[in-house]
Amino acid sequence: MMLGVLGGRVYDPQNGGDGEIRDIWAKDGRVVSPEEVDPDRAEIIDAAGLVVMPGGVDIHSHLVGAKVNAGRKLRPEDHRGAERARTGVFRSGSGRTVPTTHLTGYLYAEMGYTTVMEAATAPLVARHTHEELADVPILDKGAFITMGNNHFLMKCIRDGRREAARDYVAWLLGVSKGYAIKIVNPGGVENWKWGRNVGELDDEVLGFGVTPRQILETVAWINDELGLPHAPHIHGINLGRSSSARTTIEAMETLAGRRTHLCHLQFLSYGKGKGRVHSSEAAAVAEAVNANPEVTVDVGQVVFGPATTMTSDGPLQYSLHRATGSKWVNDDVEGETGGGIVPILYKRSNPINAVMWLTGMELFLLIDDPWRVFLTTDHPNAGCFTSYPHVIKLLMDRAYRLEVLESIHNRARKGALLHELDREYSLREIAIISRAGPARALGLRNKGHLGVGADADIAVYQEMDDKAEMFARPRYVFKAGELVARDGMVVADPPGRTFYVAPPYDPGIEKDIRKHFEQAYTVSFENYSLASDQVAHGEAVACR
Amino acid sequence: MGGRLTLITGRTREQAIGMHKGKASKEYRCATELVEMNPDDMTRLRIQDGGLVRLHTVAGEVELIAKAGSLPPGLVFVPMGASANMLVEAETHGTGMPSFKGSEVTVEPA
Amino acid sequence: MTTMVEHIACTFCGCVCDDIVVEVEGSRIAGVRGACVVGRGVLDEYDPEVRRPVVAGREVDWEQAVGAAAAILNEADSPLIYGLSSTAIEAQRKAVKLADRLGAIIDTTSSVCHGPTGLAMQAVGEATCTLGEVRDRADLIVFWGCNPAASHPRHFGRFSLTPAGALTPNGRADRTVVVVDVRPTGSSKQADHFLQVNAGADFEVLTALRYLARGEDVEAAAIGGIPVSQLRDLVRTMKACRYGVVFMGMGLTMSRGRHLNVGELFSLVAELNTYTRFSVIPMRGHGNVAGADQVLTWSSGYPFAVSFARGYPQFGPGEFSAVDVLARGEADAALIVASDPVAHLPRAAAEHLEHIPTILLDPTPSLTASIAQVVFPTASYGLDAAGTAYRMDNVPIPLHRLFASGRPTDEEILDRIIEAVT
Repeated sequence: MMLGVLGGRVYDPQNGGDGEIRDIWAKDGRVVSPEEVDPDRAEIIDAAGLVVMPGGVDIHSHLVGAKVNAGRKLRPEDHRGAERARTGVFRSGSGRTVPTTHLTGYLYAEMGYTTVMEAATAPLVARHTHEELADVPILDKGAFITMGNNHFLMKCIRDGRREAARDYVAWLLGVSKGYAIKIVNPGGVENWKWGRNVGELDDEVLGFGVTPRQILETVAWINDELGLPHAPHIHGINLGRSSSARTTIEAMETLAGRRTHLCHLQFLSYGKGKGRVHSSEAAAVAEAVNANPEVTVDVGQVVFGPATTMTSDGPLQYSLHRATGSKWVNDDVEGETGGGIVPILYKRSNPINAVMWLTGMELFLLIDDPWRVFLTTDHPNAGCFTSYPHVIKLLMDRAYRLEVLESIHNRARKGALLHELDREYSLREIAIISRAGPARALGLRNKGHLGVGADADIAVYQEMDDKAEMFARPRYVFKAGELVARDGMVVADPPGRTFYVAPPYDPGIEKDIRKHFEQAYTVSFENYSLASDQVAHGEAVACR
Repeated sequence: MGGRLTLITGRTREQAIGMHKGKASKEYRCATELVEMNPDDMTRLRIQDGGLVRLHTVAGEVELIAKAGSLPPGLVFVPMGASANMLVEAETHGTGMPSFKGSEVTVEPA
Repeated sequence: MTTMVEHIACTFCGCVCDDIVVEVEGSRIAGVRGACVVGRGVLDEYDPEVRRPVVAGREVDWEQAVGAAAAILNEADSPLIYGLSSTAIEAQRKAVKLADRLGAIIDTTSSVCHGPTGLAMQAVGEATCTLGEVRDRADLIVFWGCNPAASHPRHFGRFSLTPAGALTPNGRADRTVVVVDVRPTGSSKQADHFLQVNAGADFEVLTALRYLARGEDVEAAAIGGIPVSQLRDLVRTMKACRYGVVFMGMGLTMSRGRHLNVGELFSLVAELNTYTRFSVIPMRGHGNVAGADQVLTWSSGYPFAVSFARGYPQFGPGEFSAVDVLARGEADAALIVASDPVAHLPRAAAEHLEHIPTILLDPTPSLTASIAQVVFPTASYGLDAAGTAYRMDNVPIPLHRLFASGRPTDEEILDRIIEAVT
């Protein structure tokens, strides 16, 4: 199968592209040099006047797995009126903020996205995650494995066995077919099982005598030791609290010099405001990000409208339930983690929500290097991924941004730094924060660019003044060289791959893990691991 | 002249074991073709332990072997299965779940 | 020659115990270790004989049976797909795909077990945990309207009553156990406290507990047959425990009030988290009924009672649930997978299956098999079909293929039917 996308304005920041006219040729799913293609046998797309970018890469999205599915089940009201009918070979589906699996694949592809990472999977239920991933068509994907409250890991840290911790993490990623280390509220989720939380990096994790700081330091060291393609993917302590900006900056200082990815940073960049309304501390947090070159972040931009909050951060979800009165799901997972779900409606007229919105905007505009800040809504926590075109418009169009700013609650708007931020993202910068940057941070060398050897994941847009409209309906979307969506409608649904890592480790650790299993788990050691053939179109990605 | 009682149906260990032997097996039929009752109710209704009784609900009628069991007065228990389901109304009140527990039933010696 | 195969999962009930040892002798099972009296029947009675499919009472080959099934489904205006709780998720995925393709109604045995629990969850949420948390943390266990001694015999020994856990090193001695039921049962005999509730009075008892937990007074001597003093004691115990867990069953879902009973319990459990930690776990019955909820939810957005008749999924308990669809005579064909509705649904619903062409996929003979137009004697999941089953706490457990029996799996037959329907 050969393809030529010819004469388009190509935004391929990885290879220096900033809208120059270029032809992209592809063969057998990869971008190739022109001489490798027989133009007479290739599918030719006349892209003259169109904008060509690599397929979108989402570095943090809750799209499948135990928690997401509990969210779907919890919210029939979310699905009603947000259905899609079956057409031809395409499956029906439903869901406004928590769409069903097939629909999720279609919606991402229709927006020009071709790679998406599932942001949090407890290893005990990783099999579930992979079973759902097999039902998400088109997209290439991977799953991050939650470890920030893992008993075996915390025991290793307590006993000063760093190498054992490293070998365990390597083993765990391998058996759960995960792509990266995920940390969620380190220690806080374990403490929630006692009805408590952590508030400082040096608080004690009950029953283990370790601290959030030790957990963070250890996993950052392990990540470098194993040479994992992605950094440890960290949701820190105090999410949603007025102390979050302070502890976020402290965490960056603690991890200085190590690769670190801080996810949905907006939710962790607040300071003390008046009463129950926090203040945005985006400026201070952005300054710390700017000063720490090893750090990448994604924003988790709040979008006004319905959302479904779901995280492994059990105590956070409980406090959200208490604060909003909304229905609440909690799930404590033996020896590993926990989690919760609370539906939410973000309103411009709610001062707390309004501050959240502008905190995200300020982070986008104050972090200097677009290669280190990525576009996410922490789907479906701050908004659905289908809002990305809208967020792009906010970033590219200052007049529109100010219009929205004028519409939010007084208490948030008055004196907000956002008034003064003139920056407008260029198309090249959008290509970085939604493609090239996240692909690089994930260590996916064939993603996020259109150089020779890259996966032929290509999105072709009609340039429009309204950037939300432009990015919502690409003219063409190609996945591995195959046309999968046209004018914003899916036209083919090939299966996508699942990326995972399998770092080497000292097999001696298995004896310890086996012993731990007998005491700590209710499933057999033998039934915990996933074989590589139990992952749909699995592809191991090499560590350093 | 039967007694108006409340019927509950449900799983028993014997029903589950019988099921593996097949629903035509003696074990399954023995496990499901019976009704457990409060002994005082049985005396009042002149029902013998081990005797055949006729149960009647708005849904239907079935004859089962009566067995004294540890049930409070007014309650009878029939193990889940085809016999019990002769007595259970299909009305689900908009939930999908019929009244497997709580129907009114009359019981009399057959 | 016999081989011992370890770590085999028993698929009978929602415990999905995956520590069973099976002694395999050629194509049959020579011995079973570790299974309970209820679960071992699945293994003991495993019959590897390959039987041929049956169409209209005559044995045919598989291809003809697939053709007959497809013809029935093509002919139907309003087919019902039902069952699915005793097969692997691989087959469940195909069943939903087929329902989507046909514009069928699809429902699972959930609607007649924990369907109301799902409705309660949709209304108020659900604070829950995995079974390991129960074993390791819980010092208060409440069984409400369930009788694991009969339905889930190893539950007590593996999770909830006797095992030693991280914070419960002395097993039974470290746990307070309460049973609430309408009658004494094998389970209530094991309890420290047995509260006998009047049949159909669970809702008012649960409401009273919510009142008492909030510090309100209840001006009655007894509620639902339980002295209020006992309810006060229960609330005190609940608030004072380290980690409480309620297991709930059909006593709530099948009684008057149904989902409202469960919602009241779920609300109570959520509120108890103000004082301590509390979780609730529905006692799922069949080995993979939890998986059926999962697959239907990730494919359609809803856990049971889904109609694809309009081309997209619609949720309708009472409308698209099997009992209602059958009792009203709305289905004009049925495809039953791994279930025996003729034995287990109310007669008025079950008998409609005798009047419409019914297709059955099931390894074991059943009452439904005796009335079905087309019967596929497929492989047994976890024995000659591999896959995954979800435990009652939604932990996925892999099922291995112990025997190469030659029987096709449910997944394979459904796949061939999908290929054959228009």
